[in-house]
Amino acid sequence: MLAYLLRRLLYAVPILIGVNLLTFVLFFVVNSPDDMARMHIGVKRATPEAIERWKAERGYDKPMFVNAEAEGSARFTETIFFDKSLRMFALEFGRADDGRDIGQEIRDRMGPSLAIALPTFLLSLFVSISFALLLVFFRASYLDFWGVVLCVAMMSISSLFYIIGGQWLVSKLWALVPISGYAPGLDAARFLVLPVLISVLAGIGSSARWYRTIFLEEISKDYVRTARAKGLSELAVLFRHVLRNALIPILTGVVVVIPLLFMGSLLVESFFAIPGLGSYTIDAINAQDFAVVRAMVFIGSVLYIVGLILTDLSYTLADPRVRLQ
Amino acid sequence: MSAPMGILLGFQPVVLWTDALLFLLVALALVSALRARAQAPLRAAWRKVGRRPTGMAAATVLLAFLAVGLVDSLHYRPLLPAVESAAGVGAEAGSAPAAPVVSTEVLSALDALLAPLRLRTEKTYSAPFAWTLYQRETVETADGGQVRDYPRLAYGAAHLGADAAAARGGDVALRLVSALAQAALAWLFAFLVLASLVWRGSGLRWGEVALAMLAGRTVLAWRAALVTLAVLLAVVAVCVELAPLYHVLGTDKVGQDVLYLALKSVRTALVIGTLTTLVMMPFAVALGIAAGYLGGWVDDAVQYVYTVLNAIPGVLLIAAAVLMMQVVIDTHPQWFDTAAERSDARLLALCFILGITSWTGLARLLRGETLKLRELEYVQAARAFGVRTPAILRRHILPNLMHIVLIALVMDFSGLVLAEAVLSYVGIGVDPSTISFGTMINMARAELAREPMVWWSLAAAFVFMFVLVLAANLFADVVRDAFDPRRA
Repeated sequence: MLAYLLRRLLYAVPILIGVNLLTFVLFFVVNSPDDMARMHIGVKRATPEAIERWKAERGYDKPMFVNAEAEGSARFTETIFFDKSLRMFALEFGRADDGRDIGQEIRDRMGPSLAIALPTFLLSLFVSISFALLLVFFRASYLDFWGVVLCVAMMSISSLFYIIGGQWLVSKLWALVPISGYAPGLDAARFLVLPVLISVLAGIGSSARWYRTIFLEEISKDYVRTARAKGLSELAVLFRHVLRNALIPILTGVVVVIPLLFMGSLLVESFFAIPGLGSYTIDAINAQDFAVVRAMVFIGSVLYIVGLILTDLSYTLADPRVRLQ
Repeated sequence: MSAPMGILLGFQPVVLWTDALLFLLVALALVSALRARAQAPLRAAWRKVGRRPTGMAAATVLLAFLAVGLVDSLHYRPLLPAVESAAGVGAEAGSAPAAPVVSTEVLSALDALLAPLRLRTEKTYSAPFAWTLYQRETVETADGGQVRDYPRLAYGAAHLGADAAAARGGDVALRLVSALAQAALAWLFAFLVLASLVWRGSGLRWGEVALAMLAGRTVLAWRAALVTLAVLLAVVAVCVELAPLYHVLGTDKVGQDVLYLALKSVRTALVIGTLTTLVMMPFAVALGIAAGYLGGWVDDAVQYVYTVLNAIPGVLLIAAAVLMMQVVIDTHPQWFDTAAERSDARLLALCFILGITSWTGLARLLRGETLKLRELEYVQAARAFGVRTPAILRRHILPNLMHIVLIALVMDFSGLVLAEAVLSYVGIGVDPSTISFGTMINMARAELAREPMVWWSLAAAFVFMFVLVLAANLFADVVRDAFDPRRA
């Protein structure tokens, strides 16, 4: 087990290096720092001095990969690649364009993101699986048919409309909760109810349908017939046998996203003005703050790899036959 | 395009990149349809699609959207009217005029068809079928005084004159009846043609075939297609009858007709939904097959590449790539003659970027399937007979993978259309000047919070998108059921 984990962690290193190289190429080779400076300053006001100043302020005035002027190890450390890319492995993200420390900002904004993503995740898992089991319980009936139709219809609605419609109906028409905003501490619940409910609702369609397919695949197997033949009730069959055996495909899809919950949801956070990582990313995208986007890409991929490892670990919990070697 | 040719046509045709690719895709679809006719298993699979009422109904709706999108893909630059320097003689095309000047504005055939909708812009918001603006304005009365009132629209219900308020109800009802009657006639004509096509070579009497189609007793679900067609024709006829006179779906903040915007959005959605899969398919197929069939270091390399791409959350990779592309486009204005070409380049680049993030799923599926196919007896036999690898891939592997590619094409479509809206909303989607569902929603984002509320732009975007995506989802399900052997 331990050896397996170590190997997986080692395997993560080349992937992270790949991610790093890819983002570096995207951000610095496709467009030179000069291009970015010109765009930030504005093409009309971009004098050579202004560009140089912009680059020097942000540390983009160094060579790309090899600094021929420096001596010793500084040949490689005094470069953009080392400064902007490799330092991320030490979780040093540098400063955003507004001068604030990105690492600090991320730590501050993780809380609100989690406060909204975690309840959403748990609730939608519960609701979708329950709904899917209900459909499977009434399989091949009108309830099942119209349930699936409902799922497909709900899948076909853009998440933008769920949010806009929900805000309009609940906050404006019924005036039950504030339209947007956030408050620290327990007071936050008031602001979080609506975004959580809307995200759950927006996700039910596709996930319930997916779970239903998984359950239906499982329910046609021999052990289910055996369970029924020995006189178990249909509910016991569904919950004790089908659900348990369907866990592996469910975990495959679900556990990967758990670490990514830290990143928040871009849309929901920006619509509801929640100061999380999602709205941070959107603001950075709109302000073309590449340092922040790069940091988020790196964190996202680290969390994704953590998610993959967690998935493997969760298999051993769900299915005692699985051994990690 | 040389100048004389331009005069002859009265316009200069423009082929944008996405136009060319869209028509290439249609041509590919036609060619593969012709080839599928000759192959029994493929014909059987498509017949399975046609037997399902949802499949036929969804296909009918999708064809209607496709027609709108294709008409909107025939682009041209109109000639500017002869300038005054020609002193009146320039109007005669034959008499050696000054070199004609083409407009920098790129229009499409759909723009020409919808010219009344495109050009009749009001001042600002007006509700569907309204004859006044949505907001009070200070209007000068005849005797020089000022009064706060709803100003009359410049074009909406203009044919009714001054007493629009009284005459509107009757006028709309009358035109509605006439439109529905025309729709019924058109439907009848379509039905006669379709029934004759089905009847041809069936060996039955024409009446029997027509009755069977209406009663839903045919093998293919013609009744579902006919019912859908009837609904579509009714909607189209009502729009054709009423849209030139009223703003059927109202106008937006700058007074543009919302129906026009919604129809223009269809092409953007289709381009994103189909071209993304088209441009990524070569990569996915080549790399997936190479990894699965060749194995070894090729497999390792391909797997490494797609794990790296997968590791970056999709939205962030798209955001990063779009931001970079924006810089490239902004710093190279000399590449593009017109604004339309620039936004088209951005649209195509967005397709590529979405493709980069989405090819990994297809490649992984293809790799798995190739691994399975490689060990089958007939492939091993081919190898034992000394057939070369490229020939094996072409003859035995590729044809047996095409169903996965087809399923991916139809399954991805709806997700991509939805993604476009979200990305454009976030500001990393299509060019802001491109009309799309995302830009429509983006402009209308605050309208529900207004007092009084403006609901029609959002409602129009919602209905158009919902119908398109729902039809695509239903069609994709039917196609997957028919082509996926595991779901037989």
